[in-house]
Amino acid sequence: MSSIPLSGYLVLALILFCIGLYGALTKRNTVIVLICMELMLNAVNLNLVAFSKLGAAPSITGQVFALFSITIAAAEAAVGLAILFALYRNRKSIAVDDYDSMKH
Amino acid sequence: MISGEFAAFAILSLTAISGGILMLNVTKVVHMLISLVLTFVSIAGLYILLTAEFIAVVQILIYSGAITIIMLFGIMLTRKTDEEEPSAGRLKKGLVFASTAVFAVVMYIGIYRLDLNGDPAALHEDNTEQIGIALFSKHIIPFELTSVLLLAALIGAIILAKKDEEKEEQS
Repeated sequence: MSSIPLSGYLVLALILFCIGLYGALTKRNTVIVLICMELMLNAVNLNLVAFSKLGAAPSITGQVFALFSITIAAAEAAVGLAILFALYRNRKSIAVDDYDSMKH
Repeated sequence: MISGEFAAFAILSLTAISGGILMLNVTKVVHMLISLVLTFVSIAGLYILLTAEFIAVVQILIYSGAITIIMLFGIMLTRKTDEEEPSAGRLKKGLVFASTAVFAVVMYIGIYRLDLNGDPAALHEDNTEQIGIALFSKHIIPFELTSVLLLAALIGAIILAKKDEEKEEQS
């Protein structure tokens, strides 16, 4: 049996999620904002795997769901960077607050 | 007496958190990416502690390998200056920090004593085989949908990043 309680992993994931959230809300570089989102997704994956071992009904399903979530994160990174390139070609800037053409 | 598992957990989680903090404080954008690799690798170590060996290897392959390289390409193809421009003002930073801290405290109150004692499952025995059996028996439809989604993301990324030929000719 594991000597580390479930709450240890949950608190670590919470701290990582908060670091990612703070970075995503304050950084101006769009690539860094995307990277911070990856960090938040990583925190969620850590929760899924922790619940798969130490949750109320431990089973392999948590790990399978973490795999799905990693796949979605990879697809999101590819599409996000493609959108970034398209925006950069039109706007010549990668700062998030320059992308305001949809502002009313 | 500190058990080996606890020592490994402490070291790995400290490395993960310090990688994240370093990411927030380093000025050069490439260094931010490198410090994030530290976090990704130590999360892979935590997966091994949680008896998820397959996910740990996938984490190192996808995150520390593929996504970091993709983001490096993103930085190198777009940036003009090497430094991160001065970000939002002090007031906005303070507000964001305060609200993030409030969120963290609320969630911490919710989870710090949570302990669900379930029956331990033998996840470490033939981990990859167990994942494969679960994936191709219980979760076969999500698995197939994932392949369609990856194809759609691939085509979408190519079309979005492609140069717009007609517009170039007009201008």
